[in-house]
Amino acid sequence: MRTTVYVPRDAAALSNGAEAVAAAIAAEATKRDLPIRIIRNGTRGLNWLEPLVEVATAQGRHAYGPVTPKDVESLFNSDFLAAGTHPLHLGPTEEISYLKSQQRLTFTRVGVIDPVSLEDYQAHDGYAGLRRALEMAPTQIVQAVTDSGLRGRGGAAFPTGIKWKTVHDQSAAQKYVTCNADEGDSGTFADRMLMEGDPFMLIEGMTIAGIAVGATRGFIYLRAEYPHAHRALNEAIAAAYEAGYLGRDVLSSGKTFDLEVRLGAGAYICGEETSMLESLEGKRGEVRVRPPLPAIKGLFGQPTIVNNVISLASVPVILHKGAEFYKNFGVGKSRGTIPLQLAGNIKRGGLYERAFGMTLRELLYDFGGGSATGRPIRAVQVGGPLGAYIPESQFDTAIDYEALSGIGALLGHGGVVAFDDTADMAKMARYAMEFCAVESCGKCTPCRIGSTRGVELMDRILANVDRERNLQLIDELCETMLHGSLCGLGGMTPFPVQSAMKYFPEDFRRSVQ
Amino acid sequence: MNTTPARPELLDAHTREQIDLALAQYQSQPGPLLQVLHAVQHRLRYIPDAAIPIIATALNLSRAEVHGVVTFYHYFRRHPPGEHIVQICQAESCKAMRGDELNAHAKQRLKVSFHQTTADGQFTLEPVYCLGNCANSPALMIDTELHGRVDAEKFDALIAAKSAAKEHD
Repeated sequence: MRTTVYVPRDAAALSNGAEAVAAAIAAEATKRDLPIRIIRNGTRGLNWLEPLVEVATAQGRHAYGPVTPKDVESLFNSDFLAAGTHPLHLGPTEEISYLKSQQRLTFTRVGVIDPVSLEDYQAHDGYAGLRRALEMAPTQIVQAVTDSGLRGRGGAAFPTGIKWKTVHDQSAAQKYVTCNADEGDSGTFADRMLMEGDPFMLIEGMTIAGIAVGATRGFIYLRAEYPHAHRALNEAIAAAYEAGYLGRDVLSSGKTFDLEVRLGAGAYICGEETSMLESLEGKRGEVRVRPPLPAIKGLFGQPTIVNNVISLASVPVILHKGAEFYKNFGVGKSRGTIPLQLAGNIKRGGLYERAFGMTLRELLYDFGGGSATGRPIRAVQVGGPLGAYIPESQFDTAIDYEALSGIGALLGHGGVVAFDDTADMAKMARYAMEFCAVESCGKCTPCRIGSTRGVELMDRILANVDRERNLQLIDELCETMLHGSLCGLGGMTPFPVQSAMKYFPEDFRRSVQ
Repeated sequence: MNTTPARPELLDAHTREQIDLALAQYQSQPGPLLQVLHAVQHRLRYIPDAAIPIIATALNLSRAEVHGVVTFYHYFRRHPPGEHIVQICQAESCKAMRGDELNAHAKQRLKVSFHQTTADGQFTLEPVYCLGNCANSPALMIDTELHGRVDAEKFDALIAAKSAAKEHD
């Protein structure tokens, strides 16, 4: 009998040498004449253990990691194919505490299945949500999503069901479902992990969305920096067409849903929904003035759903297990689970999906294990480059939309970037302005000009040129950008800048070497 | 910096053919310009200025519109890059893991600044704003190959491997 060995094809695992590990395992098995089957799965999201190799045994899957090609011979010598003892042996995968303490609803299959095998997807509850949806009236589907309490996971946290209802209620010859997969926030990789590790789930979610609102065409707007996700999505879409899950007659329901991937071209602003729509239309990614909302006048002027990858991928489980099931996770107005991404200077970085409500401190220390450098964590930035810097004194804040917004921060797409006590927060404030200057679409003045002036001011402050006056000036500039910008890029760049100034004032008043 | 006139008649036959093939592939799609530009760059590794009027005519757009799109997006290149494109992540997560030291090392090792190509035409160095490998910071990508936890030593090894592969050809 052939033993199944799992070696991830996820980009993060590959970035740590998974390809060479897979090749070494195959070669060693051939040399020893041992029949094995290697499945290239997604990642479990335990990044510090990648490449994480798993072996399917009669007692379940056992994990070994981080494996390098050099370890492969000794793994075979230790009979790892039968879960033998080895210094890299981590025991049964599901028992690893980082994984065991999670509540995976959206990432339940990621790292478990062969991402591009439709058979494997179906064997793990795949397409149960769509089948259920096809038995329901479109209004019932929309109602289920509304009742689940799902809020947009891209960052804005707008109730998904309300967006869907608006599109549903429009009458138009053509409506669209678009997926915002322009995951540009530093510290975030949940979309990438999901698209590489369980692409069918996104496809299923988009198909359900199309059927719910009467849209026959969907686009995934994927950032160009994700070539591995591009490959996985295209493989999965081809398989879904082949099996009748996409196309003119979805599962013989008479409903049509066509889906394709469109690539972005390295512009952070295209993660803003109206800019993304412009880009999908083949134009410069300049933001549109709202209203009209995309739900009323979106892609090519037609009613359009714009949802993040995780939002759409949360839909199949809501339909399959019911709105109540999903809603029972979470706290207050933050229902369901949130895939948090632990990044930056952290010992155990990776993906951590759990119901809303644990504190930052629990996440950083209980699961993240503290900083990678072993030094105290001085600050975290939550929610990407437009999120505030949070000081250690606020680490007991609960991770939910309202609690974070209560301290002037935001959850955004769930990225948490840790910095140790060597970080220079004034330099990070300068970087926030620099990033805004590089990525501004140029349509509105506060963002386009303000960010460049902001970099100049920060340079003067760092060089101790007329420091007090320039500190006051940058504060005023931030207020102008905050209130005068057309979208969140210019409007939120002040958050990291002002929070750094507020909580780490000493960094802005250092003597110049 | 660019002095080549945007005149299609100056394009060689091969280049012209690649542009026409890219157009043929995507012209009938809704909102096709980005796809056409991706296809041109995929085939030629950059988008020659002389391609702009050809694309504009084919898609019934003005030259200004096509030029505007080419120059809006960081990903599109108007000049041929080196053999390999090395993109180093500049974003917060990588900064938290001493990404700035990696920047300095890379510039020193390759003897170029960002947006420049090494004297031997082997490597073009580019900044990038997040590669989605933030739990393995600092990260970089060589062509479409992603790498994580890159320090000076690993950087040198990656560059040496690419250079050796070239000599082996």
